[in-house]
Amino acid sequence: MKRFLIPLAVFLVLVVFLAVGLKRDPREVPSPLVGKPAPEFRLDTLAPGKQFSPADMRGQVWLLNVWASWCVSCRAEHPLLVAFAKQGGLPIVGLNYKELRGDGEIDMKKVPAGEEPALVRQRAGAWLARHGDPYALSVLDMDGRVGIDYGVYGVPETYLIDKKGIIRFKQIGPITPEALEQKILPLARQLAGEAS
Amino acid sequence: MKRALACLLTAAVLGTAGASLAADATPMAEDPAVEARLVVISEELRCLVCQNESLAASRAELAEDLRREVRKLIRDGKSDPEIKDYLVARYGDFVLYRPPVKPTTWLLWFGPFVLLVGALVGLIAYLRRRSAGLAPTALTAADKAAAKALLADPGTDNPPKHNA
Repeated sequence: MKRFLIPLAVFLVLVVFLAVGLKRDPREVPSPLVGKPAPEFRLDTLAPGKQFSPADMRGQVWLLNVWASWCVSCRAEHPLLVAFAKQGGLPIVGLNYKELRGDGEIDMKKVPAGEEPALVRQRAGAWLARHGDPYALSVLDMDGRVGIDYGVYGVPETYLIDKKGIIRFKQIGPITPEALEQKILPLARQLAGEAS
Repeated sequence: MKRALACLLTAAVLGTAGASLAADATPMAEDPAVEARLVVISEELRCLVCQNESLAASRAELAEDLRREVRKLIRDGKSDPEIKDYLVARYGDFVLYRPPVKPTTWLLWFGPFVLLVGALVGLIAYLRRRSAGLAPTALTAADKAAAKALLADPGTDNPPKHNA
């Protein structure tokens, strides 16, 4: 009987490792930006004639949500964002990521230079008009440069940023009701109590 | 004559096809030295979208953006470690095919050797125990007598006969 104990122990350890490995999503790469200041940028907003920078949100706890009209998962998470915005808990800033250039069906060579911003505004605006606009404002990251600074590798992604401008949480992929209730909201409440 | 014309036509068609393919390929930088360094660096980096492809090989759009970014950093005169740090700061150690040795990666780096050493220790222990079990043991006088008795007894040599 004793001779089976060691193989059994090895087997159990293997089962534990495999079970943990199965539960982890390989697409979720932990972000090195959590705990670091949100990268600075200054981008045009969706509403023409204005610019936005994360510094404008100093003193507030807020969400930065990366989205695009071509992003299917964004559509899945969108109703949750719209409902959440109606409750008015946290301001959500949208980062419209490569609205035209990220859409595989668009040949950028056929888009005349200089017309990109207008086309982006038209497409993004139409999408928000159709699906609801949960954003305090949206900024246009047309070439994805800001996305790279934020380590975006799959839309949607959402960052919870505290009053000092530090990223405190990153949601990769669509926000689920569980993630919102169990992670984002409790942390946001705690951050709201901190000094700015 | 006809044949030559057909050949020419084929060549012309293939030529234009080749040209249109070339137009679709990613534009190379004007500077071949930059491109060579880009390949060397990006082969050591992992594409985040197709996770088992290197940044050099991936056709994912993000990989193209990141290659453009690395190209820019090369032209800015950044060193290879600086360029890797730039990407690690944004995407984490995950982008490196050779992650740095630090407490969180100790298991990754040394785990296989720990397993190997453990297996060797187990193997040696097993072999020792087995050879100890196989060592010849001296027969006692009683054993010898019993063996002699068995050999001397002719009855035990033949299987017992059954009466039909």
